[in-house]
Amino acid sequence: MAALRREGRRFAAPLISPQPLNPVRSSISSAEDQAFMGVRSISTQIVRNRMKSVKNIQKITKAMKMVAASKLRAIQTKAENSRGLWQPFTALLGDTPSIDVKKNVIVTISSDKGLCGGINSTSVKISRALHKLNSGPEKENKYVILGEKAKAQLVRDSKKDIELCITELQKNPLNYTQVSVLADDILKNVEYDALRIVFNKFQSVVSFVPTAATVLSPEVVEREAEAGGKLGELDNYEIEGGETKSEVLQNLTEFQFSCVVFNAVLENACSEQGARMSAMDSSSRNAGDMLDRLTLTYNRTRQASITTELIEIISGASALTG
Amino acid sequence: MIRHASTGLLSRSIATGVQHRHFSSTEVPAADELFMMAWKRIMPNLDPPKTPLSFVRPRPSSISAADIASKLTVNLVSPYSEFSNREVDMVVVPATTGQMGILPGHMASISELKPGVLSIHDGDDVKKYFISSGFAFIHSNSVADIMATEAVPIEQVDPASVQKWLVEFTQKLSSASTDLEKAEAQIGVDVLVALNSAL
Repeated sequence: MAALRREGRRFAAPLISPQPLNPVRSSISSAEDQAFMGVRSISTQIVRNRMKSVKNIQKITKAMKMVAASKLRAIQTKAENSRGLWQPFTALLGDTPSIDVKKNVIVTISSDKGLCGGINSTSVKISRALHKLNSGPEKENKYVILGEKAKAQLVRDSKKDIELCITELQKNPLNYTQVSVLADDILKNVEYDALRIVFNKFQSVVSFVPTAATVLSPEVVEREAEAGGKLGELDNYEIEGGETKSEVLQNLTEFQFSCVVFNAVLENACSEQGARMSAMDSSSRNAGDMLDRLTLTYNRTRQASITTELIEIISGASALTG
Repeated sequence: MIRHASTGLLSRSIATGVQHRHFSSTEVPAADELFMMAWKRIMPNLDPPKTPLSFVRPRPSSISAADIASKLTVNLVSPYSEFSNREVDMVVVPATTGQMGILPGHMASISELKPGVLSIHDGDDVKKYFISSGFAFIHSNSVADIMATEAVPIEQVDPASVQKWLVEFTQKLSSASTDLEKAEAQIGVDVLVALNSAL
């Protein structure tokens, strides 16, 4: 019985290999056709190539993770040191996200480079929502964008609202001088009643809190302080120095804006590196998993082909002797 | 009956708990309710962003203005460093209107600062910092916030390089042609003269 089956296979073999198998294989790679001529075992070439590319990708993501980690460490201490800077302003002027003014400027802070998780889309989403929240008749909403990524997303649907776009912020290490020049640029070129700064506040390597800080224009501060309400306490303070009260208030709000932006830019850069680090960590882990699976497949196929060959040899030998 | 009594007790304890928290929250105010409500109405699917108020560190309450604290709480902040919640006897700040001493119980005020020496007195110990400019907020609860764009301990300043830069900026001032250049050189000279006299 077994001998008959073996005979049958021998007859069938020229029919099966290699011609009928070729169309299937050529769809994968025609270059490997030559390797298949007369070989009945399954090719491991494709799996091997795939393994190599996955391994390379893993190497790249690992390197990117390392880079992000070292950058994060440098920037994290900076961000933590700058956290005290805006606190006195919040203590004095309070926090007024619900203030209802005519000209709103939304300052969206994002990163220049991608591959850093969802931090940019979060700030864009929050900015869009703030835009919607503050829109109404006789109201103006403008965007000021820091960073390439938010620009790419916001240009699509609110191109006419973009007032100013600043990129390549992180070319040099961030410092206060640079940020205050930038803040000055924004204040000079944009008319505003309230500036809303949207950024991701760094909490830990895996968690970032989308945050919206509000900075009011000196006129609005003065009006609100006189009208009482949230800034009513400001009237209890005696304002010294400068010619007039409004002059000091202008200096104060401009200084506040630069301080808030400085902290926001640092926090966002910190979140970016943290997000990139965790994204790269998970992708290198994913590449590792994939590599394991591929290695398993590869080894199984190899084993199977060896077994087949052995069976062929043994059965051939036994056919001759038997 | 007893069950009812226990629930009553429980609810009361919860209520007092809430009330207590509310009382202490005068120091750390909750986020803006109005903003949260408006956000929930317009963007029900997106969590509202946090506001700086939820990250602000607790500060001493302003209720104790009547009984003057014996010490002054100073927060000196600059973009690169922070020196917070230090209790001292007196601070002298270089306000634009002249040197200003701040003692506990000082009236609430906001003052602009000019380049000069900030000295912090605690007992016999005097710490001097050179600050380039900034603002000082004095709150009615004996808390002073001093914000400076640069603050360096005076010991860390090198007198030789101050002299060198002073000469350079004086030259720049005399050779300045445009208003902007003149103003820039004037700022440099002002800072360096203040620094020089502080040393």
